[in-house]
Amino acid sequence: MEIKREPVNLRVRDLNSRQLLRGSEVLGPNPSSHLEGSDFERHVEESVLTTTLDKAVAWARSNSFFPATFGLACCAIEMMSIVAARVDVARFGFEAFRASPRQADLLILSGRVSIKMAPIVRRIYDQMLEPKWAISMGACCSSMGVFNNYALVPADKFMPIDVHVPGCPPRPEALMHGVLKLRKMVQEDPDMGWRERYDARGTEEVLPGA
Amino acid sequence: MSPTEQPTLSEYRRREQSITLSPLQEQLEEQETSEELLTLNFGPHHPATHGVLRLLVTLQGEVVREIKPIIGYVHTGIEKTAEDKSYWKVIPVVERMDYLSYYFNAYAYCGAVETLLEVEVPKRAQYLRVIHMELNRIMSHLVWLGTSALDLGAISMFWYCFREREKILDLFEMSSGQRMHTRYFQVGGVIEDIPGGFAEKLSGFLDEMPSRVDQYGALLNSNEIVLQRLRGTCPLDAETLLSLGVTGPLLRAAGNPWDLRKADPYCSYEDFDFKIPVGTVGDNYDRYACRLAEMYESVKIVKQALEGLPEGPHITENRKVALPPRHELATSMEALIHHFKLVTEGFRVPPGEVYFPIESPRGELGCFVRSDGSSKPARVHMRDPSFVNLQSFSHMAKGAYIADPIATLAMLDPILGGIDR
Amino acid sequence: MPDATGLELIAQELGDAVLDTVFFRGRGTLNVEPTRIAAVLEHLRERGYSFMASLHGVDHYPEEPRLGVVYELLDMQRVDRITVKLRLHSAAPEIDSVTNAWPTADHQEREVYDMFGVVFGGHPDLRRILMPEDYEGHPQRRDFPVGGEPVIFTFNEGQSRGMPQ
Repeated sequence: MEIKREPVNLRVRDLNSRQLLRGSEVLGPNPSSHLEGSDFERHVEESVLTTTLDKAVAWARSNSFFPATFGLACCAIEMMSIVAARVDVARFGFEAFRASPRQADLLILSGRVSIKMAPIVRRIYDQMLEPKWAISMGACCSSMGVFNNYALVPADKFMPIDVHVPGCPPRPEALMHGVLKLRKMVQEDPDMGWRERYDARGTEEVLPGA
Repeated sequence: MSPTEQPTLSEYRRREQSITLSPLQEQLEEQETSEELLTLNFGPHHPATHGVLRLLVTLQGEVVREIKPIIGYVHTGIEKTAEDKSYWKVIPVVERMDYLSYYFNAYAYCGAVETLLEVEVPKRAQYLRVIHMELNRIMSHLVWLGTSALDLGAISMFWYCFREREKILDLFEMSSGQRMHTRYFQVGGVIEDIPGGFAEKLSGFLDEMPSRVDQYGALLNSNEIVLQRLRGTCPLDAETLLSLGVTGPLLRAAGNPWDLRKADPYCSYEDFDFKIPVGTVGDNYDRYACRLAEMYESVKIVKQALEGLPEGPHITENRKVALPPRHELATSMEALIHHFKLVTEGFRVPPGEVYFPIESPRGELGCFVRSDGSSKPARVHMRDPSFVNLQSFSHMAKGAYIADPIATLAMLDPILGGIDR
Repeated sequence: MPDATGLELIAQELGDAVLDTVFFRGRGTLNVEPTRIAAVLEHLRERGYSFMASLHGVDHYPEEPRLGVVYELLDMQRVDRITVKLRLHSAAPEIDSVTNAWPTADHQEREVYDMFGVVFGGHPDLRRILMPEDYEGHPQRRDFPVGGEPVIFTFNEGQSRGMPQ
């Protein structure tokens, strides 16, 4: 698919925006230094970063998740590995793991959720303030994992999960991929441009706006 | 604010000087010193509890009078799931029990099944098992050190310990393809021989590891805060520990040099020359020092095992128990039949019950397997060291200030996956 | 491990408390009368087996007596292990607790109670330890179902999944 681009308008780029905005008194009577109509609009588009408030807030939220320390079992050790130096989650700004659920907005549910623990997980999730997200890390909380038996509950059964990360345990890189996917979901770009690249429109697993 | 001395004080100053605490003091002396106990709930979601452990702490002021641990928050029914699967499929299930010492879980189970089957494990497989187990011991102690230092407040230790841990996990990934829960140990040996390049990478790691452990010691051993928090806090004598069933570094810190690798050697441990670090007082500092010294000894064992690694098969030749190598499947009919039987039904184990104990980083890890003659075990029970060691926690913490049980819990090294199974 | 003759000598000392001795794969086992377990363990402690390594349960379903309790003892001086086993009927699964003499049995007996339903009389605090306190059933018994959830794929997505999100 071709992306159409208009040819670069050098005249627009030459002019100082302050001159434009000040108006004709400053510039003097020379009419060629004014920009009119569509040229003016294009100049403003290119030189001023315009955005909606939603997008700005989404950008801020996505780049500063505060994960809650919620390590349950083996996946917790790999979650500790993403805080460690090799796969460094601090690169993205998520290293501030908060112990209190009131201060956290991302619950990385790492490990197997037993039936004794499920109401406690739900209570912690309820204590978190909106907006909040949950990542189900590992096979045991996403589906039942290795242990399909009386003692475990899949996390989908009692709380809404945004991203499931498969693996037993998922590599730190895999969990990082899951966290970054959540980040892109929060920025409302869930598939990170891959659908265009691989010509795969129509295979979305995440409903936009959900 | 006049600098000159005024003979007469202002109203404000007079009132300030007339304040005394005497009415309040009289009030306090009138009250009886009552035994007001406060019961506090600790966890299960708490940064200092090393997993989902719930503690009911009864405090009198800041002094701990009673600690009751409540467990079961990560109970996974591993033993029940294991009864449902054929013998070699139980290995990945049982590995996830004590999730920092997965090779030990797998070895305890494989050793029990090998005892039941009376299958001989070749020497090369035994040495490979020792290499992986001792690397796992170092890795488990590194995670313990990183997270315990985090509890005490020495936050940067976490990154240093995990840096070394990543190197060990690279080695595990080289030999088996997975970082954790590798399914590398099989009944009869190991699933695959080590690839080329493993020996070089391992010896490179072993050369630098002792200096790294020196660095950890240099950071923590003479640190004033670490000494104040760990020296003399929550000691427990060896007698009480033995009656509570505690083994491992906790018992060795109290002065009893009981280590199954030396007392009752299994898996060729008698071929290696290593020492057992033993403490004197049994307080938190001794527990810390014992585990730190154990890392040096494990490096020695791996070095000796690597140098003395014999040639030979990496798994038993008994085709009724171990899968035949793939190249045989093209030529030999029996190999094909054995492969088919092993993969679909699994091998059958003669009826009997056996208890196989080994020395894991936390103490005596035993696996009890009962077989009724079929291809699925009738009972698999793992005697987990953390489960039994946790009983000593309330004895250790009685009478200490509230900060000391936190340090003690860190030094106890409980792994909730093993406690709850 | 006491060899086969040593095991027989110990059994003779204990007399009629021992129902059977088994020497299997180099380890000795005594099958004892359930009511005499405390005395048997004390006698073994005097003989040197002063460390209780493990206390766990087994279910021998469908043969009765069904519930078994296994005590693993260790002699640290001579590096010797011996196993003591007993069997209880599922209709009357009561036995005396040995926690007073062997403090390590505390949590382990609670686990056997939780998983198998064996009631230990005289235990200081016999509650469920791994399952929630109000759970019904004893999961490790052989006739208890393994349980589990159906894994949700696209074809069975419409099935009820518990809480509405």
